Amino acid sequence: MTETILGIGTRKGLWLARSRDRRSWELDGPHFLMSEVMSLLFDTRTEPTRLLVGFRSSHWGPSLQHSDDLGATWVEHPDGSIRFPEDTGAALQATWQLAADPHDPAVVWAGTEPHALWRSDDRGETFSLNRGLWDHPHRTQWGDGAGGGAIHTVLPSPSDPGSVLVAMSAGGVYNTRDGAQSWTPGNTGIHAYFMPHDEWPEFGQCVHKVARDVADPSRLYAQNHRGVYRSDDEGQTWQSIEEGLPTNFGMTVVSHPSRADTLFLVPIASDGERVPPGAQLQVQRSEDAGKTWQTLSNGLPGDCYTNVLRDAAGMDTADEPGFYFGTRNGDVFASTDGGESFSLVAAQLPDVLCVRAVTLP
Amino acid sequence: MTTRVVLPAMLRELAGGAAELPLELPAQVPLAEVLDLAFEPWPVLARRVRDEQGQIRRHVNVFVDGEDARREQGVQTPVRPGATVHVINAVSGG
Repeated sequence: MTETILGIGTRKGLWLARSRDRRSWELDGPHFLMSEVMSLLFDTRTEPTRLLVGFRSSHWGPSLQHSDDLGATWVEHPDGSIRFPEDTGAALQATWQLAADPHDPAVVWAGTEPHALWRSDDRGETFSLNRGLWDHPHRTQWGDGAGGGAIHTVLPSPSDPGSVLVAMSAGGVYNTRDGAQSWTPGNTGIHAYFMPHDEWPEFGQCVHKVARDVADPSRLYAQNHRGVYRSDDEGQTWQSIEEGLPTNFGMTVVSHPSRADTLFLVPIASDGERVPPGAQLQVQRSEDAGKTWQTLSNGLPGDCYTNVLRDAAGMDTADEPGFYFGTRNGDVFASTDGGESFSLVAAQLPDVLCVRAVTLP
Repeated sequence: MTTRVVLPAMLRELAGGAAELPLELPAQVPLAEVLDLAFEPWPVLARRVRDEQGQIRRHVNVFVDGEDARREQGVQTPVRPGATVHVINAVSGG
């Protein structure tokens, strides 16, 4: 019998929800009480499954720890897994993203604040700074989003070991095709209305999240600060797919882990009104790569004034994958029918920063 | 004379449960050196107090004989033999 484990990273700690039927859940936590849990990775590429967690304490700084027994015990590298070299003059503020490399089971990527990309060759125990991106001449012009300046998305390509996409607010999308040696911006077609001197710049766009299509690695979806886009050339040029949506604003986008052209958004009314459209908490789903959209709200509350952050949604790895998201008022919802209906997994937690799920045999 | 580095309760488990770390300083040295010496056996504790560039974290206060080091010379604040160094979580953050 399988077990699904839902990692819920919040402003004040990590909870793990466990279920064998994905209907009744047992909550385990908090781990790392009073720390902002900003990134999670269930790494199933080798046995046993390793859970990596990036978090920060407002007093005691950032930490990255891992567990090889799904949260029973934790390991922290004594010197810190991620350390900016002395010559950079920089200090780690937080690890915003952890991503498993699809080619090498020892390699884990991390995106951090300040804007930097890191690579681990030992399953996330120690990381090296990617100098190609750190030394990029644009770096000093990358701005900070409301939550800080960070690489929040890292998407290594499953079809090309040399290809990785990263995204940041507010710097936009950057791509490498040479194994992370050199990086070029990939923002053509993404509108930057907030830059009135040049609304179509080479970089500086406020991309909130990018997801890769499971069947076609060159197809990507981006939820932007005003705008939803698709790229069919691996993140170089983008076309709007916002027609049919109630709003073009939101923070997160999730692609289906086994079904082509299928993606989920959690829309927010606008950048000036960060509440659900019509105060109805809802998910928008497309099954045709953004040509059409369905509003999904069965089981989700109305008169609702919360929202969902960029990493606070994810899917498990079951044969029929479940979709999960957590809100800023600490509710976590699950759907095991592709978004047709939702049920509550947890309530009254701190505001949810990240959600990741895995289904294990 | 023994120099004392006094830890807040929240960090003591990272120093094997010790409430304070004693040091014998041969002469006056900068605060950075005191923290290096006191935390040398406890690298995780060291990272909770200072970042990888050696700077005291924003919401941590370190007092040398009752004076906030941030208002003195930061990690270069001189520490005399026999001084008391308090590490305290600031009443901020959270």
